[in-house]
Amino acid sequence: MSVDARLPKRRKKIASSVGIESKHIVSPGDVITEDTGYMRFYEFTVPVLAILTVCVVIKHHFRGHGTYIDGDKLIASVAGVVERVNKLICVRPFKTRYNGEVGDVVVGRITEVGQKRWKVETFSKLDSVLLLSSVNLPGGELRRRSAEDELMMRHFLAEAKAEVQSLYSDGSLSLHTRSLKYGKLREGTLVQVPPSLVKRCKTHFLNFPCGATVILGNNGYVWICPLEEEEPTLTDNQTDRITADERPPQNIQVTDRETIARLGNCVVTLADHGVTLFITSLQYAYDASLRHSVKELLKPEIQEEIAEVVRQRLLQEA
Amino acid sequence: MAGLDILSPEGLRLDGRRPHELRKIVFRMGVFKQADGSAYIEMGNTKALATVYGPHEVTSKSKILHDRVLLNCQFSMATFSTGERKKRPKGDRRSTETSLLIRRTFEAAILAQLYPRSQIDIYVQILQADGSNQSACINAATLALIDAGIPMKDYVSACTVSFVNDKPLMDINYLEESFRGPQLSLAVLPKSGNIVMFQMDSRLHVDNLERVLDLAKKGCTDIHALQRQTVHEFSQECLPSLTGN
Repeated sequence: MSVDARLPKRRKKIASSVGIESKHIVSPGDVITEDTGYMRFYEFTVPVLAILTVCVVIKHHFRGHGTYIDGDKLIASVAGVVERVNKLICVRPFKTRYNGEVGDVVVGRITEVGQKRWKVETFSKLDSVLLLSSVNLPGGELRRRSAEDELMMRHFLAEAKAEVQSLYSDGSLSLHTRSLKYGKLREGTLVQVPPSLVKRCKTHFLNFPCGATVILGNNGYVWICPLEEEEPTLTDNQTDRITADERPPQNIQVTDRETIARLGNCVVTLADHGVTLFITSLQYAYDASLRHSVKELLKPEIQEEIAEVVRQRLLQEA
Repeated sequence: MAGLDILSPEGLRLDGRRPHELRKIVFRMGVFKQADGSAYIEMGNTKALATVYGPHEVTSKSKILHDRVLLNCQFSMATFSTGERKKRPKGDRRSTETSLLIRRTFEAAILAQLYPRSQIDIYVQILQADGSNQSACINAATLALIDAGIPMKDYVSACTVSFVNDKPLMDINYLEESFRGPQLSLAVLPKSGNIVMFQMDSRLHVDNLERVLDLAKKGCTDIHALQRQTVHEFSQECLPSLTGN
C-alpha cells in the first residue's frame, strides 16, 4: 500500500475577487461611527411605522450583532465586516456559531431526552428544543399523549432533520418535525461546515442524479445519504409508510458509498476554499471531481484545483 | 546566577536586547479547524497555543449562569515545555492559579451578558516556556476569541515587566524571571487604557512603580498594534468566505 506523506506548509490564500477591497473591516474596539444619527432608533424622531420595523430588526440582530455603545460612539465588538441596514449598523463576524432564523432547515443531534422536550445539538449557542408535541410519528400517524408514548419516542430519533419553529428570547431555538419532510435520519454521513457558507435556498433537500441526497442544514450540518425514494403522496396507504420508515438498516452498495464519500469530500473542499454551498456549486464540484479517485480528493492541490474550477464556472454564469 | 549580569555595564541584557525592547513576536490565527477559534503565539522562545470552543450549552448544569456566559479556562504547560521535564501538564497549584487569572482577565473583556446560560471554553497550552508565560497566553487567547467571533469590548494585550539595577526590563525571559526580581504582569484594554489584570510578584518600592507601570503599558500598546495587524491580515484572507466568492 502506498502512503502519501507531506510536510506542513502554509496554505495558499484564497484568490480575492472584484469588489472585496471596498469592504470595511473592523476588529474589537474600533470606532465604527460617532454619528449619533445612526443610533436614532432609541429616540422617537422617526415615524411610527419606521420604529416598528426597526424594532423588529433590532430584536432580530440583538444577539451577536457585533457592536456596543460607549458614550456616543458605536464600537465594534467582533472582527468582521460592517453592514448597514438603513440606520442600523451591525458587524458580521467571519466565523460564528449558527444564528437561527424561523423557517430554517437544520440537521441536529439529539443530546438529551426529557419528559416533554428533547434537547438537540444544532451548532447553536444553546441547544435547541424539540417539544414532543411538535413531533410527528413516522407515517404521519396521530399520537396520543401518554406516558407510553413518551417512552416510545425515545426509540425514535438519533439524528434528525427539523425546521426552526420559533426563537426564544435567549437565542435558543424551538424545532418541529411536523411534516413528512422532516424526521429521523438513517444511513448516511454527516459533514460539518461553517454555517455562513450555506446559501439560503428554496429547498435544502438536494437530490443528485448520481444517486445521493444531500440535506444542506442551515446550521452548517450537511447530511449525505443514498437517494431517497420520492416523497410518499397523501393517498398512500398509511401502514405502507410506517413499514418504509421502520425498515431494518439498509445494506448500502459500494458504489453508493463511494458517491457519498465523494460528495462529502466535495463539500469539505468547497467549505475549505470559501465557496458557498448550494445545488449548483455542489454539482460543479462533483463533476470536476470525477477525474480523480475519492481518496485523492483529500489532497490539498487537488482540492485547490476543484475549487478553482467551480469558482470559474460560477463566475461565468454570473 | 553567579557571574552573570542581568544588565551588562553597556546596558544590554543577556539576550542582547535593550531594557525597553520586546522580543520578536509572531502571531498566527485559525490554526485548528475543529475549534471555534484558535491562535498560536511566539514571544521570543516562549510558544503558546490557545483554542476557544463555544458559546455552547453548559456542560455541568449546576454551574449555569442565568444572566451571563460561563467562562471556563484551562492553562497547561506541555511536559516538554520546560528545561526539566514536567511531571504533570496541568492541575498543579500554579497552573490552577494562572487559569483563574486568565478567566478573570477575560471576564472583564468579553461582553458576557450577551450569551446567558451558555459556556465558553478557553484552553491555553505552553509549548515552550521562556518567561512571560501568562502574558503570552493572554495575548494568544485574545486572538483565539476574536477568531471564534466572540464579542469583546476590546483586545486584551498583556506584557510582563521586571525591575533590575534601577531599570525596568520589558518582556522578561526565563533567565531574567529566575533572577527573582520584582515582576509585574499587566493586561490592558488598549483603546481605553483600562487595566484588567495586574499581578505583582515579590516587592517593589512604590517610587519605582510608576516607571515599571509605564513601561508595561507601552509594551501592551506595542503588542496591541501587532495583534491588530494580525487580525486585519487574517480578515482579508477570510473575506471571500464571507461574501461567498
